[in-house]
Formats: sequence, C-alpha cells, structure tokens
Amino acid sequence: MTITPREAIAIGASSGAVEAVSAILTRLPEDYPLPIFVVVHVPPDRPSALVDVFQAKSPLNIREAEDKEPIEPSCVYLAPPDYHLMIETEKLISLSSEEPVHYSRPAIDVLFETAADAYGAGLIGIVLTGSNDDGSAGLRCISQLGGATIVQCPNEAASPFMPNSAKAACPEARTMNLEEIAEYLLNQGRTYD
Amino acid sequence: MSDKVEDIELRLLLQAIFERYHYDFRGYSMASIKRRLSQAKSRFQCDTFSQLQGRVLHEADVLASLLSYLTVQVSELFRDPHYFRVLREEVFPHLRTYPSLKIWVAGCGDGEEVYSLSIMLREEGLDDRTMIYGTDVNPQALRKAEAGVYDLDRLPLFTKNHQLAGGKGSLSDYYTAAYGAAVFDKSLRKNVVFSDHSLVSDAVFAEVHLVSCRNVLIYFDRELQNRAIGVMLDSLIRRGFLGLGSKETLRFTQHVAAFDEFSREARVYQKRSDP
Repeated sequence: MTITPREAIAIGASSGAVEAVSAILTRLPEDYPLPIFVVVHVPPDRPSALVDVFQAKSPLNIREAEDKEPIEPSCVYLAPPDYHLMIETEKLISLSSEEPVHYSRPAIDVLFETAADAYGAGLIGIVLTGSNDDGSAGLRCISQLGGATIVQCPNEAASPFMPNSAKAACPEARTMNLEEIAEYLLNQGRTYD
Repeated sequence: MSDKVEDIELRLLLQAIFERYHYDFRGYSMASIKRRLSQAKSRFQCDTFSQLQGRVLHEADVLASLLSYLTVQVSELFRDPHYFRVLREEVFPHLRTYPSLKIWVAGCGDGEEVYSLSIMLREEGLDDRTMIYGTDVNPQALRKAEAGVYDLDRLPLFTKNHQLAGGKGSLSDYYTAAYGAAVFDKSLRKNVVFSDHSLVSDAVFAEVHLVSCRNVLIYFDRELQNRAIGVMLDSLIRRGFLGLGSKETLRFTQHVAAFDEFSREARVYQKRSDP
C-alpha cells in the first residue's frame, strides 16, 4: 500500500458555514502542517468578518487571500468577497473576478478544480453544510485526480443539500461528522511529519 | 512548469495564438486561463487544447470568440464605491492643483470605469481640463466602450454604486433609456480616447497623473505583473497616483518600493519622488 502525502486541504461551505468551519479549525493545532483553503459563500458588497470570527477560535494563521501570495503551512486562506480563489500549479494564490459560478463569487467549484489541478493526489477536498450544489463538480474533479474527498454527514449539517449533492456527484466521498473530519485531518497532517 | 500533457497543449495553444495573431497570453495566470479555455474547448466541441489550436490557426473567426474567453470583461459603473469615494475626496484635491490632467484606465474592458471617472470629473468640475485614455487588448470590448451602451437591468446597481461613491445628483442625468438599454451621454466621451494597448507588449504612450488599473493584474503571473506595473510607473508623473483592485497589492512585486501607500484599504498608491 502506498501512502500519498497530503499537501493541502480545500473546504467549501455555505449556509451554516461559520459553525461548521469553526468546529474543524478549532481542533487543529498551531503548527498544523498543511495549508487550508476555504470558500464560504459571502455577500459580494461588504467586507467579510470571517477572518476575525475564525481567528478567535483557532491558533492557526487565518487570513483573507491576496493575489499571487505564496502558500505557506499552518495558514488558512479565505476567499475574499466578490472574488474567486484559485490555486496556481506553482503553489501561489490567484484571485479572479470572472463570472460567478452557481450565482456565487467566490465559488467552491472554482477553488476545488484549480486546487485539484495544482495538488492532484495531495489534496483533501471537503464539502460542508450549504443549500445549493456548488462544490459537487469540484469534488468529483478532486476525486478524479486522485485526491481524498469528504462530505459532512447530512444529518449533522445545518443545511444538508450541499453535502447530499456532493455525495451524489462523487459517491466515493467519505461521509463524516465534523469531529471525525477534524480527527482525519489531524492524522493526515501527522503522516507528513 | 507542469509536464501534464494537457498543460503542454495549453502552452502550445497560447504560443500559437501569439505567433499567428500577436496576442500574448503566455504570461497570464494559468489557473484562470485554463479554466476559461476549457469552457471554450467545450463550446467549440473540441476534446483537447490541441484540437482548439488547429481551429484557431486555420479559422480566422475563431480568434474573435476566443478573445472573449481569454479576457475577462466583468465590471460595473463605480465598482467598489469606496475606491471612487477615495479618488473623489482624497486624490482629486491633489489633481486639482494641476492646470491640465491625464488619466489612464489600463484594461478598460467595456468602459464602465471610464464613464464612472468621466461622470465624477464632471461633478467635481474637472472634466474640461482632463483627458482620459481607456485602453484594452480586446477590440470588441473597445467598441462596446466607445458605444457606452449598457443593459438597463444593470442600472439599479450602477445607480446605487454612484450614490455610495458620493455621487452628486442623479445618475439618470447622464444616460437615456431606450429599448432595454441605457445609452450614456456622448458628452462624457468628449475628452476620452479609447485605444488598443497591451500591458504585455506595448510601452509608455503618455505622461499621466493617475493610472487606474483594477482587476487586471490578477490575471497576470508575477513576471508580467512586474512588467505591467513598470510601464505604469514610467507613465506616472512624480507623485502621480496608481489605483488597483480591492484585492490587488504591490506587495509581491518588484516595484513595491517605488510607491507610497496612499490609501491602504482603497488600494491607492502614490509614486515616490525618488523611485
């Protein structure tokens, strides 16, 4: 059996995102080795408070992603309002204001598809609570390129539509509750030591 | 550089477009270009980028459609109203001290930002002494910019932005609504020149007091960002202003030391006297 070292984590969430993402981040230590990219559907026309909200609950370095920023370990990069968050194969961040996808900018699919391209089997993709089907196509893409895929247990999700939709599009995705997801990420981080 | 077959094909496609048509997208951010050209690939019913390359080389009209995938034309009048408010309230007082002014909107797309600035200059009584250059690489976008016609259903957003940007009077004073479209007053173009200019390959063409280049650099890789900012830096007068998009920064470029941060949150920079 070969173990693929994981290199990065991509998380997508919509309605109910704050609690769900917080529950994961709060369980990861300060020196957690993998970078984490997060797309939460946020309104386009005002600054997002998510950096402060997550930072209050996590020892990781939480920041709103900037264009052409190099990707570092132990950092959480949030997609800014009104921009798509993309990952370049040189392991840099790009932002984009091209058309919304699933009526949303940022869109989870855009992050997942570009991160899958950049990290291949080194990526872990996670779809959490939400009430549309953004993230489904992206999760399938992650799986096709050899990455690990997880959906939040729909019974636990504040809004089960998004994890259900992702599971339908990517049946091989593992279903876990938030505590199990955090535990899984901790283990994946450890294989990297 | 990625050695995946698909990425090799993508680089060859961009090389073909450059050699055949002299449009140079080779230094663009690949994640975005790849996504958009993948959409073009489906639209042209090609299985691979190599097939698309064959079509663009042999069918001249394919290029025009591809350009609309390769360049992103998504904007609004007074997009990010706070940016325009900072220009109006903090930058214009400096510009007002010059007897004549030149403003360059680099990557003007369909012209939304040029009209926004033109309206604001009129409101501030600076329109008669100001020349605006709107440049882009996409000829189709330049034609739209020249026409100044926008879908009427976008006007509620434009109107709200105008107010949030500190607009004086009503945006409707500047356009006529007809057949589902808003036609902006041609007097707004009196001192405007729309022209073809590439930040990738062209040089400085004028000395200007303000460059507004928003959500253009995000489509460039770091090397190309350095080149483009270099052209803008050389175009600016001493203590001239540079406005970027709300998530763009000079921090990761080689020109960071040539500018002072004038307004951090509005992403307005001022060229240093001794760059």
